Amino acid sequence: MPIIEVRNLSKTYAGGTTALSDVSLDIHESEILALLGPNGAGKTTFISIVCGLVTPSGGEVRVGGHDIVRDYRAARSLIGLVPQEISIEMFETVMNTVRFSRGLYGRKPDDAYLEKLLRDLSLYDKRDARLMELSGGMKRRVLIAKALSHQPRVLFLDEPTAGVDVNLRRDTWAVVRRLRDQGVTVILTTHYLEEAEEMADRIGIIDKGRLMLVRDKRDLMHEFGRKRLVVELVEPLITLPADLRELGLVLSEDGQHLSYEYDTRADRSGIARLFATLARHGIAVRDLETRESSLEDVFLRLLGEAA
Amino acid sequence: MNWRAVRTIFAHEMARFWRTPWESLASPVVSTVLYFVVFGAAIGGRIESVEGISYGAFIVPGLIMLTVLQQSISNASFGIFFPKFVGTMYEILAAPISFFEIVLGYVGAAALKSIIIAAVIYLTALFFVDLPIQHPFWAAGFLVLTAFSFSLFGFLMGIWAKDWQQLQFIPMMVVTPLVFLGGAFYSASMLPPFWQDVAKLNPVLYLVSGFRWAFFGQADVPVAASLVAVAVFLGLGMAAVWFIFRTGWRLRN
Repeated sequence: MPIIEVRNLSKTYAGGTTALSDVSLDIHESEILALLGPNGAGKTTFISIVCGLVTPSGGEVRVGGHDIVRDYRAARSLIGLVPQEISIEMFETVMNTVRFSRGLYGRKPDDAYLEKLLRDLSLYDKRDARLMELSGGMKRRVLIAKALSHQPRVLFLDEPTAGVDVNLRRDTWAVVRRLRDQGVTVILTTHYLEEAEEMADRIGIIDKGRLMLVRDKRDLMHEFGRKRLVVELVEPLITLPADLRELGLVLSEDGQHLSYEYDTRADRSGIARLFATLARHGIAVRDLETRESSLEDVFLRLLGEAA
Repeated sequence: MNWRAVRTIFAHEMARFWRTPWESLASPVVSTVLYFVVFGAAIGGRIESVEGISYGAFIVPGLIMLTVLQQSISNASFGIFFPKFVGTMYEILAAPISFFEIVLGYVGAAALKSIIIAAVIYLTALFFVDLPIQHPFWAAGFLVLTAFSFSLFGFLMGIWAKDWQQLQFIPMMVVTPLVFLGGAFYSASMLPPFWQDVAKLNPVLYLVSGFRWAFFGQADVPVAASLVAVAVFLGLGMAAVWFIFRTGWRLRN
């Protein structure tokens, strides 16, 4: 059974803006799902509904088999949320704020667990420091610690690395992977396609409140991805023979490289024909390089197709 | 019931109270002393007694009521407005807590703070005047019910307020004038007949009168009317809380 089941979820705000429209989705235990989409696509609304911050206009969501409205206590106790903004009480200490979060979820005090959690997030040395004394990166980790204080099975991360430096981003990724390995299901929204590409097992793309697709990352890359083959020549070419141009090859300005883009899904990539033609013209090859489309390419292509 | 969450919110709010002892406790003591100096010494010198009670003692119940109303409203409204303001409200709303439990945590803490301050004012007043309480059970009852009712009112204001200005508007512009005009420092019977009738439209008069009756056995209005007034405040507050509970007004979009 999926840990989260979303059926026909929709949200129209009082002002008339439709933020989500008929979204259905299953999220499986111990996976990392990245939700991608441009600003205002409905990602944060989706998270806010599942976490209980926003009331849905229609549809149904179950977390661990519990309906988020009728059985909200059981559903919410399974969820941890790391919000997009750094929202903390600046005068509180790290340990107290994490204890407070655990208490809100009705869990028994367990300082041994909380100390371990702070150690895992490299916050233990700062446990008695006031939040106002911490760096931006540490404050973000405190938010993660608060979200994990009650040992949830599902963790929502809304733009977890927005505006943070590369090192902290890498640290956050490591924490998320470790959580996944411990059995926690992670749902993250991000603007950084690199982040989704690096971390996610599955990727969902939301645009204009609609879930356009949800796929395994590798399948998505394979299905929508294209590859580029770059051929380095021994001798530069001045002009490209017509039959090579017809194959779709492009000659670089210095005449030293030929590039060829092909669809990984196609039955025939055309590479064999390409090399046969090169051989027929007596064009010698020094080196080859292939590059797969990035998720960014796939994302832009999908949004472009939808527009 | 998620009692642990209620206790967590309650303890969190009380910790804020103890973290700032000067603002929490010393300032009401200083205010009380000032009221005694201004009203007790300056005016009390001209008014020896009101309805057989020394003026210094007479103003104490009104003074306690004034502080309880102000503190209940400001503590409870600040308690819930602060997480809204700093953005930590998400944590409360995402937790497995009912709205009733949230109210119980915040309002319970705000009411207890007011009751502690009321006790401090009473003890401070004992340094100035002889102040036996004729009906201690009723005094405690009026105090607790008023503290809860107005904490509930403050909580609702904290949810309603969108900025600090709105947060301070009603306590400053409505509640404080009503308390001053509600017989906190005088008996309504001292007013001309027309103004006595006007004063009876002021709901705070009933609270002050009932509380003063518990001290001295004398009241501006029947005690039953005071009890009804407290019950009405409490009922209105609970009805408003129920509305927010059903609709998520100003909390959940």
